[in-house]
Amino acid sequence: MEDDAPVIYGLEFQARALTPQTAETDAIRFLVGTQSLKYDNQIHIIDFDDENNIINKNVLLHQVGEIWHISTSPADRGVLATCYNKPSDSKVLTCAAVWRMPKELEPGSHESPDDSSSTAHTLELLCHLDNTAHGSMACVTWEPTGDGKKVISLADNHILLWDLQESSSQAVLASSASLEGKGQLKFTSGRWSPHHTGTQVATANDTTIRGWDTRSMSQIYCIENAHGQLVRDLDFNPNRQYYLASCGDDCKVKFWDTRNVTEPVKTLEEHSHWSQEPPQDSVIATYEEHEDSVYAVDWSSADPWLFASLSYDGRLVINRVPRALKYHILL
Amino acid sequence: MAAAAAGPGPGSGPGDSPEGPEAEAPERRRKAHGMLKIYYGLSEGETAGRPPGSDPLDPTDLNGAHFDPEVYLDKLRRECPLAQLMDSETDMVRQIRALDSDMQTLVYENYNKFISATDTIRKMKNDFRKMEDEMDRLATNMAVITDFSARISATLQDRHERITKLAGVHALLRKLQFLFELPSRLTKCVELGAYGQAVRYQGRARAVLQQYQHLPSFRAIQDDCQVITARLAQQLRQRFRCGPGTLTHPAGVPGLPVAVRLPHPPHPEFCQPALHRHLPPRREGGSGAPEQAECVELLLALGEPAEELCDEFLAHARGRLEAELRSLEAELGPSPPAPDVLEFTDHGGSGFVGGLCQVASAYQELFAAQGPAGAEKLAAFARELGGRYFALVERRLAQEQGSGDNSLLVRALDRFHRRLRAPGALLAAAGLAEAATEIVERVARERLGHHLQGLRAAFLGCLTDVRQALAAPRLAGKEGPGLAELLANVASSILSHIKASLAAVHLFTAKEVSFSNKPYFRGEFCSQGVREGLIVGFIRSMCQTAQSFCDSPGEKGGATPPALLLLLSRLCLDYETATISYVLTLTDEQFLVQDQSPVTPVSTLCAEARETARRLLTHYVKVQGLVISQMLRKSVETRDWLSTLEPRNVRAVMKRVVEDTTAIDVQVGLLYEEGVRKAQSSDSSKRTFSVYSSSRQQGRYAPSYTPSAPMDTNLLSNIQKLFSERIDVFSPVEFNKVSVLTGIIKISLKTLLECVRLRTFGRFGLQQVQVDCHFLQLYLWRFVADEELVHLLLDEVVASAALRCPDPVPMEPSVVEVICERG
Repeated sequence: MEDDAPVIYGLEFQARALTPQTAETDAIRFLVGTQSLKYDNQIHIIDFDDENNIINKNVLLHQVGEIWHISTSPADRGVLATCYNKPSDSKVLTCAAVWRMPKELEPGSHESPDDSSSTAHTLELLCHLDNTAHGSMACVTWEPTGDGKKVISLADNHILLWDLQESSSQAVLASSASLEGKGQLKFTSGRWSPHHTGTQVATANDTTIRGWDTRSMSQIYCIENAHGQLVRDLDFNPNRQYYLASCGDDCKVKFWDTRNVTEPVKTLEEHSHWSQEPPQDSVIATYEEHEDSVYAVDWSSADPWLFASLSYDGRLVINRVPRALKYHILL
Repeated sequence: MAAAAAGPGPGSGPGDSPEGPEAEAPERRRKAHGMLKIYYGLSEGETAGRPPGSDPLDPTDLNGAHFDPEVYLDKLRRECPLAQLMDSETDMVRQIRALDSDMQTLVYENYNKFISATDTIRKMKNDFRKMEDEMDRLATNMAVITDFSARISATLQDRHERITKLAGVHALLRKLQFLFELPSRLTKCVELGAYGQAVRYQGRARAVLQQYQHLPSFRAIQDDCQVITARLAQQLRQRFRCGPGTLTHPAGVPGLPVAVRLPHPPHPEFCQPALHRHLPPRREGGSGAPEQAECVELLLALGEPAEELCDEFLAHARGRLEAELRSLEAELGPSPPAPDVLEFTDHGGSGFVGGLCQVASAYQELFAAQGPAGAEKLAAFARELGGRYFALVERRLAQEQGSGDNSLLVRALDRFHRRLRAPGALLAAAGLAEAATEIVERVARERLGHHLQGLRAAFLGCLTDVRQALAAPRLAGKEGPGLAELLANVASSILSHIKASLAAVHLFTAKEVSFSNKPYFRGEFCSQGVREGLIVGFIRSMCQTAQSFCDSPGEKGGATPPALLLLLSRLCLDYETATISYVLTLTDEQFLVQDQSPVTPVSTLCAEARETARRLLTHYVKVQGLVISQMLRKSVETRDWLSTLEPRNVRAVMKRVVEDTTAIDVQVGLLYEEGVRKAQSSDSSKRTFSVYSSSRQQGRYAPSYTPSAPMDTNLLSNIQKLFSERIDVFSPVEFNKVSVLTGIIKISLKTLLECVRLRTFGRFGLQQVQVDCHFLQLYLWRFVADEELVHLLLDEVVASAALRCPDPVPMEPSVVEVICERG
């Protein structure tokens, strides 16, 4: 099947941040943030034309630093948030900010000619998520079903709920909670559950997975020692409200039922990332097996059978679920 | 021969044969024979009875049958000289004269004899005439006698008839007397308890009484008899019901006591042969069963309804057998001094089964006339009671489940099975033998299951021992209490358990055991039961148990010690290479499998064991790899790489990594062979290696320091990757030390790489990474199959650190070396 062949797009820089444009449900669009210590970092907006197998790209300059995490607003297609390293002589601090991309790059305004790919546009800063008091930002996650005003960010051992006001130009810290304990506790990853009308967030720190209620900012559940080693990432099943997947440095993927967290529902060894269940295309192998490590895999928000994976060497691969497998799951 | 002397036959001349005329016919026949023989060229000399040399056909033989005077004369004339001729002539003449005189003498003698004979005949004629007269006289006398005799008979006739009649009347009177006396006799018999005699009398008289019941006097007798008989029957029944001992009388049964014999022996014509039939010889031990049988026999003879008697007989037998069952059940009970299973089956065999046998044979003897309905009744009876007996036996056998001793159990089962063969043959319809065989089979199956459990438990026990030995505090500087020794202990312990189990279940198929020739024990038990169920089943479960250590969530407490994984892996591999085929061969030899049903081939089982060994070893690699990874990750994550000082030393964690790797190397080396390294490493010494590696490093990331377009960096790294082989971090592990260590080191270094990529480094941070990596390179190459792999991974770590460094100024390779050599 020629249609099933993956499409590859190369970036000039190393990259580990990838996100679909959440608010976009028609076009297949991914955003990739680059990591470079020496040059201006970029955000690549990658449009995938499903029918013609063509990729269109637009580049946005992200001059404040290398991008560790990127996420897009579920309500406004032009708004996105990044976690970036602020270059500093003695210390690395990861900050987070909300940005608006230039109007002409917003989907729907496709008048931008092909040469737009050569010219880099600049992002418009909407607001900083002020973290001076909290430490490095690990990730920013938007309320999935909301109006794009609520954002959770994880900073060291704090979980912060922000309220974006005045068309996102002002970020107000609504509430926060923090982990207390021995040693340096540090969140590594967090996800906002698409269920429960957006009141649940799951976070990972070291080998523990915790669930939070965003209304009270209190812990709902806690999976101690969910993995033998560090938990790298988390995701919720969009179809089954209690199911949570996690992956860790012990090379396992575990599926949890958040109502009963004493035992994983299922454990996969072999591979490593956090997409739902289909075995990934053999061209891009998993976390451990790729030529260079794959740090991000994400499903398209427009086409449920399409996902992109990004490896450290700047290669983005857009894959489809093999047709046979797709029918097998559907039927 | 008088005839020959009296007169020579016709044709007999002076030269004739001395044989008589009656010999002529055979003579002629012989002649014909002779001619045939001549025709067929057979020698005449073979003819029997002739002196050799004399030819019977010789015409010149004077005494021969074929004498021809002409030929003879010719011959004489031709052959003999004159003198001899003359001699023979005189000789001939003399002979002729002698013969003539002989003949004359004979004639004279015979003539005299004829004359005297004629005289004698004449005298006889006279005598006979006299005798005829006397005979006539005798005839007349006889006629007179006959006449007299007839007259006497006529006079006696009348009297004779009267005597005959009188004799008949006498006999009848005797019969009548017997009948009239019958009631009193019966009463007496009943009183004396001579039931047999009474029944015999009654039986004798019954037909007569029946016939003449229209006569009042007979009627009365019959009524009396019936009353007595009823009483008799009642008593018999009572005795029958009450069982033995209640109504016994001194005379006993079954032979009629002499004292009871009545003065008049029974008239022979009344004797009914059926009543003289003797009961079969009873077996000893059946308390009262013979008396029972006697009663039944008598009651039957009294004409009681047989069906009712069947039921009563069986009901009574049931009572006794149930008592046996109760006593057996009591032995089952909770009372502590319960007899062992052998004793139990013995009791059951002699008590219940023996009793059942007696009942069955007596029943068949007594109620043979009942036909299939009666047999069915007995079969149902035996089936029901047999079922209860089996239930008890099974309960008892169930108590044996836990015991480890098979020999007693097998002996008990043997007894049990053997005892049931007799009633089984007697009562084929009840299916007792089949049921017994089924029970034995079931027990055998359960034993197999028990032994399988035992083997599993033994295996788990071994594992616990190993765990304890591994967890036991060690002497300083000693790496474990001899993994090889532990492995040998486990292997030998399991093997001896397997052998013990095989020996134990082998008892079931011993020749002297009565059920060992049943099809189940010859076929299915050996192949499906022992081989598949026990041995293959155990090996499979062993593999599963071992594999479960790979699946268990290692992070939640009770983590499997890596050494145990390693040991199990080696154990499974040993099973694959030798033990499985040894054990299966042993099994096949001990249990000559005749069953054709498919069995698991050795190769399949070996493949499973190998797969288990591989998974265990892979898991070992993963676990150990993760342990070292964890150390490396923590060491990278917790450090502030931007503000670190200029490196003076190798970081302690790297030394720890090398130490741990060495320890793992030693541990694996205890159980696994060295394995193959790539040839280049064998002659690379530490010195040449370091030179080589530093020169490589120089060439490798030199381009990164010169400022160039971002495209170049990317391009360069991509080109580098094109020329270096891709490293498969989780490649399959082989069964050797080098492969295991390679796997562990790959995982560790890959983790280091990933961690480095997550950090940002200052100049000195990069230099520290450089130093650390060089140190690792110095010590880790020797453990892996291909040292190139270590170079590649470490180079990539340093390259990544350089990329994550805003100010990448590498340390001089010579300085790096000096620091590393300082330790």
